[in-house]
Amino acid sequence: MTDKTNLLEVRDLHVTFVTPDRTVHAVNGVSFDLARGETLGILGESGSGKSVTLRSILRLHPEHRTRWSGSIRLQGDEVLEMGPKALSDLRGQRVSMIFQEPATAFDPVFTIGQQIAETVRRHTGKSETEAMKRAKDLLEMVRIPSPATRLKAYPHEMSGGMRQRAMIALALSCNPTLLLADEPTTALDATVQIQVLLLIRELQREFNLGVIFVTHDIGVAVEVSDRIGVMYAGKLVEMAPVERMVDAPQHPYSRGLLASTVHDGMRGQRLDSIPGAPPDLAEVPTGCSFAPRCKFVRPDCTAAVPSLRDVEAAHAVRCVLAA
Amino acid sequence: MDTLLPIQDRGGPAQPLLLATGLRKHFPVAGGLLGRTTKVVRAVDDLTLSVAKGETLGVVGESGCGKSTVARLLIRLITPDKGTMVLDGDPVDEPHGITVNELRRQVQMVFQDSYASLNPRLTIAETLAFAPRAHGLPAAEARERVRDLLSKVGLDPANYATRYPHELSGGQRQRVNIARALALRPRLIILDEAVSALDKSVEAQVLNMLVDLKTELDLTYVFISHDLNVVQYLSDRVLVMYLGKIVEIGPVEAIYGNPQHPYTRALLSARPSMDPRKRTKEAPIQGDPPNPIDPPSGCRFRTRCPFAEDVCARLEPPLADAGAQAVACHMRVAGSGHSKAVAA
Repeated sequence: MTDKTNLLEVRDLHVTFVTPDRTVHAVNGVSFDLARGETLGILGESGSGKSVTLRSILRLHPEHRTRWSGSIRLQGDEVLEMGPKALSDLRGQRVSMIFQEPATAFDPVFTIGQQIAETVRRHTGKSETEAMKRAKDLLEMVRIPSPATRLKAYPHEMSGGMRQRAMIALALSCNPTLLLADEPTTALDATVQIQVLLLIRELQREFNLGVIFVTHDIGVAVEVSDRIGVMYAGKLVEMAPVERMVDAPQHPYSRGLLASTVHDGMRGQRLDSIPGAPPDLAEVPTGCSFAPRCKFVRPDCTAAVPSLRDVEAAHAVRCVLAA
Repeated sequence: MDTLLPIQDRGGPAQPLLLATGLRKHFPVAGGLLGRTTKVVRAVDDLTLSVAKGETLGVVGESGCGKSTVARLLIRLITPDKGTMVLDGDPVDEPHGITVNELRRQVQMVFQDSYASLNPRLTIAETLAFAPRAHGLPAAEARERVRDLLSKVGLDPANYATRYPHELSGGQRQRVNIARALALRPRLIILDEAVSALDKSVEAQVLNMLVDLKTELDLTYVFISHDLNVVQYLSDRVLVMYLGKIVEIGPVEAIYGNPQHPYTRALLSARPSMDPRKRTKEAPIQGDPPNPIDPPSGCRFRTRCPFAEDVCARLEPPLADAGAQAVACHMRVAGSGHSKAVAA
């Protein structure tokens, strides 16, 4: 169920990392909306800025080395201007995040139960017994077998799939409205990945969560998303409902990405690969960042940065060729 | 002196290039009092496989199934506890056979982590010339070989020979690793998750290149990957592993078109659908793969198998012919005692 008011509004977000040696323009003007109950998949290759965009929503980047501009509004509140208290509530309660590697996201010296209960107590003020009860319910909700025993388990005593389920339980412990997922199934085996994807999809529906799901795997994005945004060199180059993106991608990069992904029935065919490699992000792009690798390049591609234009309702493309 | 000419074929096309029989590797786990060995990881157990000349054998399975251990055994980076290997008629590491060094000239390997597999203090040219020089190729010839190798993998020698690994992208580094694997003119290349760390657009470039190199240099590949789509794209035959055992092996069309083992079926239907109108409704199997320390008795898949019966816990199913492929499942053995066993 998607309702009309926007849960999250990101406008013209720029993120630049500055160190004495070098400057990286990781995100260069990203704008999108997310409705309550909607799942947005952000698809991109390494260095495309997809994870940086996601982490910006929780302001997880080191403050002294990061320069931001633009706006991130969660239910009307400006995240980029929040003070420490508001930020702590944002991170603990309103927005949760799950990561690729649950083994490093948990503290190895506390049990799963202690870690979930601590979060519940800190943000809801429940007693220790109540918090532990809540932790057990959460483990049950993510379908961990014998949850009462598992509360006392340390992270290393669980398998990868179980740890990822426990992380989802931790993320949902304070009833967030927005769940951020950064490649949560990439480190998992195929038969476990599909279980976790189905779990995320189910919980998203049950709690009417807004979800932003970052991945490099098109198949995974198609499996969970309502809409898909494709990122390249720190910009969204295309945004469309999932069916549109699969059936009729418009941007040459989106088309190339779909064509170069190996799937059923491609045996013996030559793969339609994209030549070259993504650009260095040390410079602010002055034209289309994909132009050097694009086979449809024209003079006006490099003259100015193309704008993200609607080609039809809810389908926007950043390309001079898009009709 | 070895001048590193291409190695001549000996046994003809019918003789397998590599034949491994009864390979076993158990890793002891130190623990308990005084660090005594208390448990063993049964990484690979009595594995027999052959690789035909000119084919690509795909190896798939989840983490901990032993596929990387197989790769390391085939090139003798680790010594098997048991079992024999024969390379084009020559037994490996036996009195009347060939030495491990000779095996490694003919069999080369490409690893997943392109950066960790290159020496950061050597230029690309030094890395590529290292093995040919060690095998006695004169410096001038080695330089010529480096230029030739770089052009083969699509890197301009003038531009890349003097660079260091950190100056290259992941895709370029993996091209260098492939060039290095080709430097001694091997016959068999083992690719252990060689494209898994690459972005999709770069992965496609490298896959195209691997296909071209195979034809051009008359190579044979063992292609190990967790990515079922890539294995299907590249392989002629596919081997499916689960907890150190082969569960199914056969031609790619048979494995993907008509999988017989319940695990192969589950693995294939766990693939994301790529079609938003046909999303996966239910996970094909529950739970994670068990720990390879103390694997289940009998059939190792029985703890996750929807068809498991008493016989599965008691007896280990043999790898038996079932149509075009061979399958290790009691349901495919007539008279095995399984209620769904095929008729005799």
